[in-house]
Amino acid sequence: MFGYANPKRFMELSGHILPWLAALTAMLFVAGLYLSFAAPPDYQQGDTVRIMFVHVPAAWVAMLAYGFMALASLVGLVNRHPLADVAAKQAAPLGALFTALALITGSLWGRPMWGTYWQWDGRLTSFLLLLFLYFGYIALWNAIENEVRAAKAAAILALVGVVNLPIIEFSVQWWTTLHQGESIIRKGGPSISAVFLWPLFVMAAAYTLLFLTLLMVRMRTEILNRRARAAALGGAA
Amino acid sequence: MPSFLDMGKYAAFVWPAYGISAVGIVAAALLTLRAYHRAKARLSAIERISK
Repeated sequence: MFGYANPKRFMELSGHILPWLAALTAMLFVAGLYLSFAAPPDYQQGDTVRIMFVHVPAAWVAMLAYGFMALASLVGLVNRHPLADVAAKQAAPLGALFTALALITGSLWGRPMWGTYWQWDGRLTSFLLLLFLYFGYIALWNAIENEVRAAKAAAILALVGVVNLPIIEFSVQWWTTLHQGESIIRKGGPSISAVFLWPLFVMAAAYTLLFLTLLMVRMRTEILNRRARAAALGGAA
Repeated sequence: MPSFLDMGKYAAFVWPAYGISAVGIVAAALLTLRAYHRAKARLSAIERISK
């Protein structure tokens, strides 16, 4: 299966897919933003409910990106597949961005609804830890010059950090928290009204495709840079 | 101001949340594209020299 995923093949395939993916992402953002502002204010939360449409998708992609990074790291470690290392490395800065956005928008939602920007509870603290895991992962790549060794060390860190994902997920059940519990994927169906679910789903799709689009471009960049380095070395010899 | 843009007493929280998200996403997209075009230009320059 991984034979198909060599860098040359990836460049061809991603070159074909990217324009469509980017266009679809843009359309989803237009639709998602329209729905976000067309939705009525919530009867309890007022207009702050709109923060949900940028907060929840950012948090979702922040965790998705980590899961993807860890999976790619595992494939890189076990199969020694160079494209997997490239994928993991390039997912990290994007994951860090979405984690930061989720934390900031969450805090802007917390102030009017909970009365505080920050609370050291299970959900918020484990999510802050996610940001530090991304930072550590990126720092490790930058600290080790040898690419193969850097990939290995970073992959191990990514895999150790996976334990944080279920902690984030279940933190709202395990500990007392200001953060609300599951309200979308739960027994008995979502507890959110459809007028808020639609904008949320469309924005979540937009954020997810945005992540994939940017990831693909970043992987292409990394492959081109590696080719350039190899070509420069070949030219010098 | 159109009524759907009126966030009432929560404007100070809703707009910064959207603003920061937009700035973060647009900046990431621009940086990603710039790095891509630089890498492309660099590779073709090196290939031209080595030929």
